[in-house]
Amino acid sequence: MRDVAVVGFAQRQMPDFDGSPTCVEMLVPILAECYEQTGWTRHDVGFWCSGSSDYLAGRAFSFVQAVDTIGVDPPVNESHVEMDLAWAMYEAWIKIQTGEVDTAVIYAFGKSSAGTLRRTLALQLDPYTMMPLWPDTVSLAGVQARAGLDAGLWDERAMAEVVNRSLTDAEKNEYAIRKGGSSVDELLARPMYADPLRKHDCSPVTDGAAAIVLAAGDRAFEVRDKPAWITGLSHYIDSPGMGTRDLTRAPSAANAAAKVDLDGVEIAELHAPFSHQELILRRELGLADDVRINPSGGALASNPMFSGGGIRIGETAKRIWSGEVAKGVAHATSGSALQQNLLCVLEASTGKVGA
Amino acid sequence: MGKLRAAVVGVGQTHHRAKREDLSMAGLCREAIDRALLDANMTLDDIDAIVVGKAPDLFEGVMMPELFLAESLGAAGKPLLRVHTAGSVGGSTAIVAASLVQSGVHKRVLTVAYEKQSESNAMWALSIPLPFNMPVHAGAGGYFAPHVRSYIRRSGAPAHVGAIVAAKDRNNALKNPYAHLHNEGTTVESVLASTMLWDPIRYDETCPSSDGACALVIVDEDTAAASPNPAWVHATAMRSESTSAAERDQVNPRASRDAAAYLWKQAGITNPFEEIDAAEIYVPFSWFEPMWLESLGFASENEGWKLTESGETAMTGRLPVNCSGGVLSSNPIGASGMLRFGEAALQVRGAAGEHQVDGARKAFGHAYGGGSQFFAMWVVGADKPTS
Repeated sequence: MRDVAVVGFAQRQMPDFDGSPTCVEMLVPILAECYEQTGWTRHDVGFWCSGSSDYLAGRAFSFVQAVDTIGVDPPVNESHVEMDLAWAMYEAWIKIQTGEVDTAVIYAFGKSSAGTLRRTLALQLDPYTMMPLWPDTVSLAGVQARAGLDAGLWDERAMAEVVNRSLTDAEKNEYAIRKGGSSVDELLARPMYADPLRKHDCSPVTDGAAAIVLAAGDRAFEVRDKPAWITGLSHYIDSPGMGTRDLTRAPSAANAAAKVDLDGVEIAELHAPFSHQELILRRELGLADDVRINPSGGALASNPMFSGGGIRIGETAKRIWSGEVAKGVAHATSGSALQQNLLCVLEASTGKVGA
Repeated sequence: MGKLRAAVVGVGQTHHRAKREDLSMAGLCREAIDRALLDANMTLDDIDAIVVGKAPDLFEGVMMPELFLAESLGAAGKPLLRVHTAGSVGGSTAIVAASLVQSGVHKRVLTVAYEKQSESNAMWALSIPLPFNMPVHAGAGGYFAPHVRSYIRRSGAPAHVGAIVAAKDRNNALKNPYAHLHNEGTTVESVLASTMLWDPIRYDETCPSSDGACALVIVDEDTAAASPNPAWVHATAMRSESTSAAERDQVNPRASRDAAAYLWKQAGITNPFEEIDAAEIYVPFSWFEPMWLESLGFASENEGWKLTESGETAMTGRLPVNCSGGVLSSNPIGASGMLRFGEAALQVRGAAGEHQVDGARKAFGHAYGGGSQFFAMWVVGADKPTS
């Protein structure tokens, strides 16, 4: 495997983006930030990959105009996944691993506020048997939370503790759209939203976009003294069947964890759009008690669709660049109730002698 | 560091039809997947990862359908990727699947691309009015007709060349049991007598709307050793350009020329017309055969129509193009590109049945999408690539 590092990251998150669902106006300054961080022009970029959703944009080919953001004349080596930024980065990482290119810029975007997000996401469900019932995603997450409560795997206090810590940490994140801790008791006194979920147990509807820059070997050191090396990258998917799988587990997260080395991670940025999902993920990843979870505030502070997972990678990389930590893990999820999960381990060292 | 070798050892496709009402989306994909696995002498248990491709989700009305399909496709407990790059997606998806092997990350990858157009309405999905955007209410035909007119004016091609392509591809389709259209007795005259839809594109010069899927099994060199007839991946290329730049040449886009140049160089091919034994080119409207022949370097500029007119692109010609019947005979949009890639593999594996080109050793698969702005292509060979 080639040594590949995250060397650039830029993001925007907001409750309501005042622009088109193509988010071109948001992406242009984000790519400009990537050029500024790397000192590159677009001609230094070997491969481009993006992530977005046509259903979120309310149109076919949502990515086509976003490609215009790059300014593709002359043409570029480019691809797109109908997935989160984290999986777009996976495709780019693979491309670099083939040896075809040494660098990549990956971006993703989504304007969740253009529709009613929890209803839009219901369109991900089985169209023949489930979607006609319009079970919205918040309600499905509520079913999952209830399953864990009934099984005695967690309680409402544990969920509130996740929220309180997240919203406290979010105070230091300029992009967080919900922030401000209070106390577990105060959170538990708030009304139910989708029983057993309170509003703060659910990530806020967020518009946004983000970009990640990857570089291999020496190209990474051209950009940064301390690149965030990808020492593990793995993803899996589970059955969509809400009635056939144990909703208190996320086997795909455990499968991904088994493929990477989580020993010694100091921070974990977990893409848990609902508070109880952080509890599931901590268990599936087998994280030690001293691992700091979501120092950025995580998805409960803001969760732009299609970049929310990749932002976890960027937030982890930032802490490697600054020297704050030497090893961290970032997680991304997709689908209902943690159906699909990706893990990316980032380290200050490649682990190789002389590197 | 070079790419590791990868080979196609299994190809499967559905019987493409206007409406496969006998199958769900999952069933459609499984018909192709099961045939590809049978061809590869494998089961889903042998597969490390799955890559799904399809065109816009609005074509079936399901957001990210790979999520609900995951278990039916055999992906539960495996990694799954979903690619979407407009009409080129079937080709791009095959390239992403190949790269999972070429990178050394996986050894046995299954890829499937599909479209079940009968579940929705592609014309509607392509015609949603967007603020500050040029409306495309005429669908793809209306969009591409001006490009064709421009090509005819530039090249001085005679007006019946498009009909020659259509008659050829529709007759080739008679040799392909999977093709959607089996229109017996199609002639240049009958094509010219069909209704004009978007001048100069007539009804019989237009691709159908199909339900269909295509699947490939792509493996590493060690696994390919067990196959009697692997199709080795010699080169892959993807290029994109913008939609709306005024300086774009939409008849002969630079992204197409750049992709082809990169592809031939990687494959060590200096004269594609002489060295490629069979080509599967994405031709949704008849005139795109001569247009792409030029753009891809099979013919010089304004000369592509002469290859078509002289019969060189027929099965008996020196460069047989779309022996399967091509997109003009089956068009499950998201799968159409993978069908081109898969048919190219069948040719060099000697497994194309009645539409086999005798002794094909190197074949070309091609897909394009958007407003002629996204390109994916590969070269496969019966022999291992030397570099």
